Amino acid sequence: MMRRLALIAALLAPPAAAESIVAGLSDSAVAITTDFSGSEIMVFGAVKREAPLRSDAPLRVIVTVEGPDTPLTLRRKDHRFGIWMNSASVKLPAVPSFFALASSAPLDQALAPYEDARLGITLPRRLQDLGLMDGLAPDQAFQSALIRIRQGESRFQVKEGAIAFTEQTLFRTDISLPAALVEGNYKVRIYLTRDGRVVDDVQRVIWVRKAGLERFLHRAAQDQPLLYGLAALLIAALAGWAASALFARLRW
Amino acid sequence: MQLFLPIAEVSVNAFLLVGIGGIVGFLSGLFGVGGGFLITPLLFFIGIPPAVAVATGANQVVASSISGVLAQLRRKAVDFRMGTVLLVGGMTGSALGVWVFARLSAIGQVDLFVQLSYVLFLGFVGAMMLQESLRSMWRARKACGVVVRRAHVHTWVHGMPLKMKFRASGLYISVIPPLLIGAFVGFLSAVMGVGGGFIMVPAMIYLLGMPTKVVIGTSLFQIIFTTGFTTVMHAVSSQTVDLLLAMMLILGGVVGAQFGARFGVRLRADQLRVLLALMVLAVCLRVAADLVLRPDELFSVTAGRLP
Repeated sequence: MMRRLALIAALLAPPAAAESIVAGLSDSAVAITTDFSGSEIMVFGAVKREAPLRSDAPLRVIVTVEGPDTPLTLRRKDHRFGIWMNSASVKLPAVPSFFALASSAPLDQALAPYEDARLGITLPRRLQDLGLMDGLAPDQAFQSALIRIRQGESRFQVKEGAIAFTEQTLFRTDISLPAALVEGNYKVRIYLTRDGRVVDDVQRVIWVRKAGLERFLHRAAQDQPLLYGLAALLIAALAGWAASALFARLRW
Repeated sequence: MQLFLPIAEVSVNAFLLVGIGGIVGFLSGLFGVGGGFLITPLLFFIGIPPAVAVATGANQVVASSISGVLAQLRRKAVDFRMGTVLLVGGMTGSALGVWVFARLSAIGQVDLFVQLSYVLFLGFVGAMMLQESLRSMWRARKACGVVVRRAHVHTWVHGMPLKMKFRASGLYISVIPPLLIGAFVGFLSAVMGVGGGFIMVPAMIYLLGMPTKVVIGTSLFQIIFTTGFTTVMHAVSSQTVDLLLAMMLILGGVVGAQFGARFGVRLRADQLRVLLALMVLAVCLRVAADLVLRPDELFSVTAGRLP
């Protein structure tokens, strides 16, 4: 709704947005196979314009990649009775499992706070928009701990100035997906801004799926849990027996 | 070589997994402990989610225990009758333990309870064994290497009804103490997520008076069934058994268990007990340190479905 209003406003505004983005991804699908150890996705594109380049304020590009939401529990340890134990905890129903942001300039120049509030572009904004911060609001420490821990795992990445933006026309950046990747659709959003205002934005999707043996085992565990458990037992029993028989044959 | 695990959803080094399996399997073959109390913390350490580590660890313990039992069987060091009696008690205790675990989950202090019981039981069992085995080693040395072993010691265990002959152990005792021990260990293993070998082994040696050589095989025999039961339960209720992870651990584990059993023959019984006691105490101190020392990161993030 907000977005539609903004679009109408933009259309009605006298100097209509004459600049738009054309964007592509080096890969639109990632297959998680047994030897998967992370992946690099290149996001690239160009600015299409119908009027000559304005010289008053430079264009900026912001790229975000957001993974599927997963539930999680945040806990804090406190010193009680001489030992460190979990005391406070917050359960969050859906947090992006991955979030990366890259920009062609420092964020305070590339994006105005009101635009961030309107579209929910940066990580703290996204988390707030998802209604996650309601539970965390009284304790700011939880929010910063979540971001700090996830950044340590490369699940949250913020790279200001990491986009190469040539002649205010061609741009490219590499987003590195970590090895610990959750299956699902990863939303890639590309924003073009001028003076901190979003001029145009496009969305792309990266499909992340398990493949081959990974897929087979994952499905088996979900669809046939009892058979899967018994198969695990059988494998264990056979392996135990085989090793024993082998070593008995060796007679050492 | 990096390997992406389908259920754990992390990428880890395959050789590291085989190595961990091997070390735990070695100790399992040597001492008759399943190794659950070692493998679960080790898997946490390399970044496997706790739920997957507990369930898959149990599966690995099944394999190394079978490998170990078969090795012990060749030396006729398994008391099947005693194992079965312990197992019957164990299943009862484990059912009770699962219920208590669910109650604790509701309160939200499972982690603390598990850690405290680790410290308490490992510390108690380890200290007791160390003290006893050092004393018997010292006594043996004083007697110029001749170990005086009394064939028959009558304790309170012998005064109970329902006596049964356990030929492999050379015992004629009531079935009540093994049933109780089995139940107690079953209870603890359900709550702590371990096979319980490290409690079972000392209990069989000191409370039942079984010879150390038979204890190892019998303990492993009983562990096969409890951990097998645990594996299937986890696979059905939470889908947290990672077959790929299990296979890597098993590969190392079954080979390690054979080496362990082989190595155990060369050690004297009291030396074996000193080593087990030291290892149990080391794990105890490690867990205790986590509780007492101020952690670097006070916050923790646990991904997963809401209960």
